[in-house]
Amino acid sequence: MSAFRVANKNERSGRLHRGIVDRCFSLAFFAAIVFWLAAPQISAQDTNPLANDLKAAKLGEFQFRSNCAFCHGLGARGGGRGPDLTRAQKRHGNSDADLFRTISEGVPGTAMPPNGATQQGVGMTDTEIWQVIAYIRSVQVKAPAQPLGDAAHGKALFFGVAACSTCHMIGGKGGRLGPDLTTTGSARATDYLVDSVRNPSRRLAQGISEAMKEFSQEYETVKVETADGQKLTGVVLNEDHFTVQMMDLREQLHLFEKDKLHSYEKSRESLMPAYDQKMLSDKDLQDVLAFLLSVGAQ
Amino acid sequence: MKNSRYAPLILLAASIFPASNAGAQVTPQRLLDSAKEPQNWLMYSGDYSGHRFSTLDQINTTNASALVPKWAYQTMAGGKFETTPLVVDGILYATGQDDRAFALDAKSGRSIWQYQRALPADIRPCCGRVNRGLAILGDRVFFGTLDTHVIALDSKTGNIIWDATAFDYRKGYSITLAPLAIKNLVIVGVSGGEYGIRGFIDAYDASTGERKWRFYTVPGPGEPGHETWEADSWKIGGAPAWITGSYDPSTNTTFWTTGNPSPSNRGEGRAGDNLFSNSLLALDPDTGKLKWYFQFTKHDEHDWDATQVPVMIDQGEKHLIAQANRNGFFYVIDRSTGKLLFSNPYAKVTWSTSKDAEGRPASLKEASPTPEGNRVCPGAAGATNWMSPTYDPQTKLFYVTAREQCDIFSTAPQPYEEGHAYYGSAYFPNDDTAPFWGALRAIDPDTGKIKWEWKHPSPTWSGVLSTAGGLVFTGDAEGNFIALDAATGNALWHFQCGASVYSSPMSFAIGEKQYIAVAAGSTLFTFALP
Repeated sequence: MSAFRVANKNERSGRLHRGIVDRCFSLAFFAAIVFWLAAPQISAQDTNPLANDLKAAKLGEFQFRSNCAFCHGLGARGGGRGPDLTRAQKRHGNSDADLFRTISEGVPGTAMPPNGATQQGVGMTDTEIWQVIAYIRSVQVKAPAQPLGDAAHGKALFFGVAACSTCHMIGGKGGRLGPDLTTTGSARATDYLVDSVRNPSRRLAQGISEAMKEFSQEYETVKVETADGQKLTGVVLNEDHFTVQMMDLREQLHLFEKDKLHSYEKSRESLMPAYDQKMLSDKDLQDVLAFLLSVGAQ
Repeated sequence: MKNSRYAPLILLAASIFPASNAGAQVTPQRLLDSAKEPQNWLMYSGDYSGHRFSTLDQINTTNASALVPKWAYQTMAGGKFETTPLVVDGILYATGQDDRAFALDAKSGRSIWQYQRALPADIRPCCGRVNRGLAILGDRVFFGTLDTHVIALDSKTGNIIWDATAFDYRKGYSITLAPLAIKNLVIVGVSGGEYGIRGFIDAYDASTGERKWRFYTVPGPGEPGHETWEADSWKIGGAPAWITGSYDPSTNTTFWTTGNPSPSNRGEGRAGDNLFSNSLLALDPDTGKLKWYFQFTKHDEHDWDATQVPVMIDQGEKHLIAQANRNGFFYVIDRSTGKLLFSNPYAKVTWSTSKDAEGRPASLKEASPTPEGNRVCPGAAGATNWMSPTYDPQTKLFYVTAREQCDIFSTAPQPYEEGHAYYGSAYFPNDDTAPFWGALRAIDPDTGKIKWEWKHPSPTWSGVLSTAGGLVFTGDAEGNFIALDAATGNALWHFQCGASVYSSPMSFAIGEKQYIAVAAGSTLFTFALP
């Protein structure tokens, strides 16, 4: 149920904006090309002018460490916040132009900010962005990440005996107690996904990101007893010093002022069971991951 | 001469209606005597001592629960809104994101003028397009800009009176702090510790904009401290001065603090203490000459800038400066000599377990960043940061926002390129299972002991205000603005602003009514009793 350091809930809304952003980008892209033709400098274009330039890739690694590794991890292998970029499959495109756009403009509706707009760190010049792309190419695995297992069987498990869909939604189907996993396959490293299933309490999923707040709300487990004696267990959707917004096991929303509760107890022990080998064999887990990856790549 | 026949009339009006004489000249003497006009907030920290304490007591522990919002002003800009407003005779002056400035009727919130800097497209300030406020002197307000200019605006119109270039922004310099006005000088320091700048503190003639002195925070050849830098590393040594200083008129000394040596995460190539990075500087405001210095973190490799407002505390014969440093220790320093009296941790610290011969926390070798990363507490954002602490002379307590967050620090060789980011790698969130958190801590500056704390669910970037009403005000990352009992830390009131508080609050009065103001999200809020 709530292990899920995985999906960013906000990712769903991203798709609504992409059409507009793409059109805006087309204009900007066209303007950038014109500008680039007029002035001999490295700017937005179709292919990386620094492709296969080892020195540029090394400079790109410095930039990557400063600007990207906070979420995408050292070596671009992914972290708790950003996808593994050594995979050839990338949800928002893997052409040079796609990567340049993703880095420059960010991905609306996701945690990926536009270049220079993170409020931390300095941002990059166009040249530095191309250096980063050269670096990403240098660490990208040669063979495209093939599904690890049988995605069709994984889907059957997800919505069937593995009971993932009791709490997780994919494509609008499933439960609400845990994060929506529609985009999670592409947004998180494989090791991270495995760990989330086998050991869900080790690090909880990130949930709400509030305006300007640096650290996301997580899917913590909560138990409350109201003043009139009602006992509820569920996940924290959001919380501050004075209030809590939670969902109980029956997917009912509850909104409380903490000082009016009889008791309030939070735990970082996830409501999601740790799926051991008996509950989900290694092979079945690979099938579920293959399913997540196949959905995430769509 | 043409208007001379009206002069007696104007004088008469001024003597009859002093309260409505909005925009009277702010003389250097008024700045020195700021305690005599508690209704006004004349500089970034409220007064020269850096206390951020208001002597207004209409809002107090018995009635704070009745506070209500009075008006809100929206900048309609994104990014962090870090300003502390000034209020002078009914007019509020403040800055906003992207180098805006504005003047408002402090009672109604209605705008009098607005200024928007035409910023070059290629500025790349490190940490948001932020500004923390203005200084005021005469009929001008002074503003340090992201393109590294210092400008004087007419306080009645927002028109530019003069515009001085402090440095070429393309080399990584910018200004984000609120200037400090002393006598007829406007003193600023620069940001840019992420770019391999050579930091400095400047003083400009308030009348003309002419630069009167510059103090380089990284000494050049032949200057004391130069020997603390390896080879040519001093040229790109960092040590920015990006938070407003304080001033002791009795000794004519202004106190400023400095940030990290560059590159922040890599000590290799800059062997030595790297003076005057991460230091407290005592300067003569007339000449910019250094009287003494105290370095909090020698040869820093964790980005632990000392850029916290230096807070002057007087205890009988003892004249002190207290600082809760980003490195997790609370320091009390003799203000006349710069000697450390004691230091005590006020947050979780893993980088030091012993003191050096001068009593200052000494760094463990194994706390240095490594290529694959090394977990150290506090994290890169520090146990606190630029958000102002407050000292309450009534409770005799020092209140500071503490951040309980550890990070993984990595290091990597990096060639310097002018104007480009120059960190020598980076830091990452650690793998701890427990979430980061924060607290407002009340510290007894006699002992360094924590008297009480108010826990924040996550680390906040809000500063703290104390008032003679027995209150401290602070904000949290969840968007609450909170009034606490200064003696006990009990919350008396809170208001949900709708976005994290990234600023330090202040207080003022219009007529008989006391207000509290704080910036959050894109909005400047004011609160008062109904």
